[in-house]
Amino acid sequence: MSSQDDSLEQGVDPALLRGLTEPRFTRRQALKVGGAGAGALSIGALLSACGVAGTANNSSKSSSVGTAAWWKKQKQAGILDFANWPLYIDTSHGKHPSLEQFTKATGIKVNYFEVIQDNAPFYAQISPTLRSGQSIGYDIVVMTSNSWQLTEMLNINKWAVPLDHSQLPNFAKYASPLVTSPGYDPGNKYTAAWQSGFTGIAYNPQLTGREITSVHDLWDPKFKGHVGMMSDNTELGSLGMLALGIDPQHSTVSDWHKAAKLLNQQKASGLVRQYYDQSYIKALENGDTWITQAWSGDIYQANNSGYPHLKFVVPKEGVMIWTDNMLIPLHAKHPVDALKWMNFYYQPKVAAEVADWVDYITPVPDAKPILVKQDPAVGKSPLVFPTAAMNKKVHQYYNFKNYNEFQTWNNIFNPIIQA
Amino acid sequence: MSSVRARIAPYLLSFPGWFWLGLFFLLPIITVLSVALQTGNPDTGYTFTWHWSEFSTVLSNYNGELVRSFIYGGISTLAAFVIAYPMAYWIAFHGGLHKSTYLFIILLPFFVSFVIRTLAWQFLLSDNGIVLGSLKSIGLLPQSTHVLSTPFAVIAGLTYNALPYMVLPLYVAIEKIDRRVVRAAGDLYASGVQAFFRVILPLSSAGIFAGFLLVFVTNVGDYVNASILGGPGTTMIGNVIQNSYLENLDYPTASALSSILMVLLLFVIWLYARVFGTEAVEEAVA
Repeated sequence: MSSQDDSLEQGVDPALLRGLTEPRFTRRQALKVGGAGAGALSIGALLSACGVAGTANNSSKSSSVGTAAWWKKQKQAGILDFANWPLYIDTSHGKHPSLEQFTKATGIKVNYFEVIQDNAPFYAQISPTLRSGQSIGYDIVVMTSNSWQLTEMLNINKWAVPLDHSQLPNFAKYASPLVTSPGYDPGNKYTAAWQSGFTGIAYNPQLTGREITSVHDLWDPKFKGHVGMMSDNTELGSLGMLALGIDPQHSTVSDWHKAAKLLNQQKASGLVRQYYDQSYIKALENGDTWITQAWSGDIYQANNSGYPHLKFVVPKEGVMIWTDNMLIPLHAKHPVDALKWMNFYYQPKVAAEVADWVDYITPVPDAKPILVKQDPAVGKSPLVFPTAAMNKKVHQYYNFKNYNEFQTWNNIFNPIIQA
Repeated sequence: MSSVRARIAPYLLSFPGWFWLGLFFLLPIITVLSVALQTGNPDTGYTFTWHWSEFSTVLSNYNGELVRSFIYGGISTLAAFVIAYPMAYWIAFHGGLHKSTYLFIILLPFFVSFVIRTLAWQFLLSDNGIVLGSLKSIGLLPQSTHVLSTPFAVIAGLTYNALPYMVLPLYVAIEKIDRRVVRAAGDLYASGVQAFFRVILPLSSAGIFAGFLLVFVTNVGDYVNASILGGPGTTMIGNVIQNSYLENLDYPTASALSSILMVLLLFVIWLYARVFGTEAVEEAVA
């Protein structure tokens, strides 16, 4: 693992430079906005003019994008603008060796931006631009499978370019069955996995005083006031269903109500310390929580940074798998270069390099023999290369079909977190 | 000719101000109100339907969070006042040559992002952290004691973060008080305590009002302290609004709640002005 301060060494933030140099709006758009402002005279007219057009894509305007004929017309540009989450790629002295190898092999220069802090705010940033039919300036963005925003991108607004799998032979050859043709993107029409992770249970054996094996241990009255649950309502609701023996991916609204009832009862009996965001890991390290919902990669990193006693378990009722996916946003300027990178990344050698630094579950199981040799601590870890027994316990999240379903889910589970 | 120019000059000169108010105050407020009255969703679009029932729906769903926010905001404002007044008083009357040094020390925490400062409190107050851990290990506290994820932690965080906003206006008001007035009170046989309550405190009422305004309004709408230091029972209205906007993309709910919050805050401030007089308000603004 390299120092996390590497980004400080890079000097001027490339994202800032880009913002200063790239025109965001064409002059025609500016005129339109100005005209609209001048036209809105009375407050009443202003109020009703505030109705906002929907983003759902029902037209077939862009339907040619991503077809074989369309891909044939696209040319390699020699540039790739890649937007990803912070600390999510191999880094050494402020540089990314895997990206440099890619440049050496293909001649494509990569501009790498660590601009995605979370799916919701990132989506809020890019959606106005996509709605206006403009390029957001990135050729690849990385978004999470269990987020409503990915559903918005892929299925509702259709703001992703269908991939040309004839240019992705390495994906076909090496992609793990865990990430091929997932429920949120059948046939990998739009996405290729970047990394995955399990949402299971982590605990501090010194404080629980016993081994944890089941989701129901989160309801053990002995841990009163020291149970950590996640404030992400997708994670929270899915765990409630696992506890009831329901497969979240194929659940119904009445299942959601049952899960909410169980989770409410957990809160009412004072078991829950707090509904945590990413800070759950600090609470576990500090001893504020003894047992908590947890993401596998975090526990791996905690084990290697002063907290070797913390344990991650795949409960016997099952474990949730989420996947961060690479996708090409509509109107991307360099789609061929994006495909080239995806194909390059799915080589075991490259995937191993990234996995060695990131410590989440790599989508390329063949990276394992390489890492077992080069870095056995990572190569042999079941948190990076899950065992077959773990893989059998894997559950996928529910895929919302439309906004109303998403809203129903929110209305059921949010009152637990916010009360 | 010159008289026409003289008449329109003030308007021309104040135009940037009006433009600023219109663009950054009036327009956003109208937009918020308008969104609250719309129905729909981000995918199929929002239409303006005069959907007033949005307000009653959110009020019945989130009245608990609203009430809690005003209670937390009120307690933390009072606590900040009680802590800040002696500080401001001491610096103004006894700070001597080092007044600006003391003020600088009070402002010093501003150089660190307040999210980071709140996270530092989370670290300090953790169950086995520096404070609680050591008290527990010498047996002064039972093992089960915790401060985090209680209303106390949230209110303490709100108070801590708001303290400078309370000290500065109080200092400005107290500093302005003519010392001869205080001495005159003594000449008229007022005790020190009487002089304080009947002369100094009323003369600093503009600062008190400004401090209350700054701290109360900010704290009632705050969501950072509740999410970092709070627990399952301390959600504030700011958390609900933030979650509705960013996570659920439920703009009408968030807008309706924001509007209600704004109206309630205006009402509280109006009430304060009615009870304590409007001169204080005018002075505070001036």
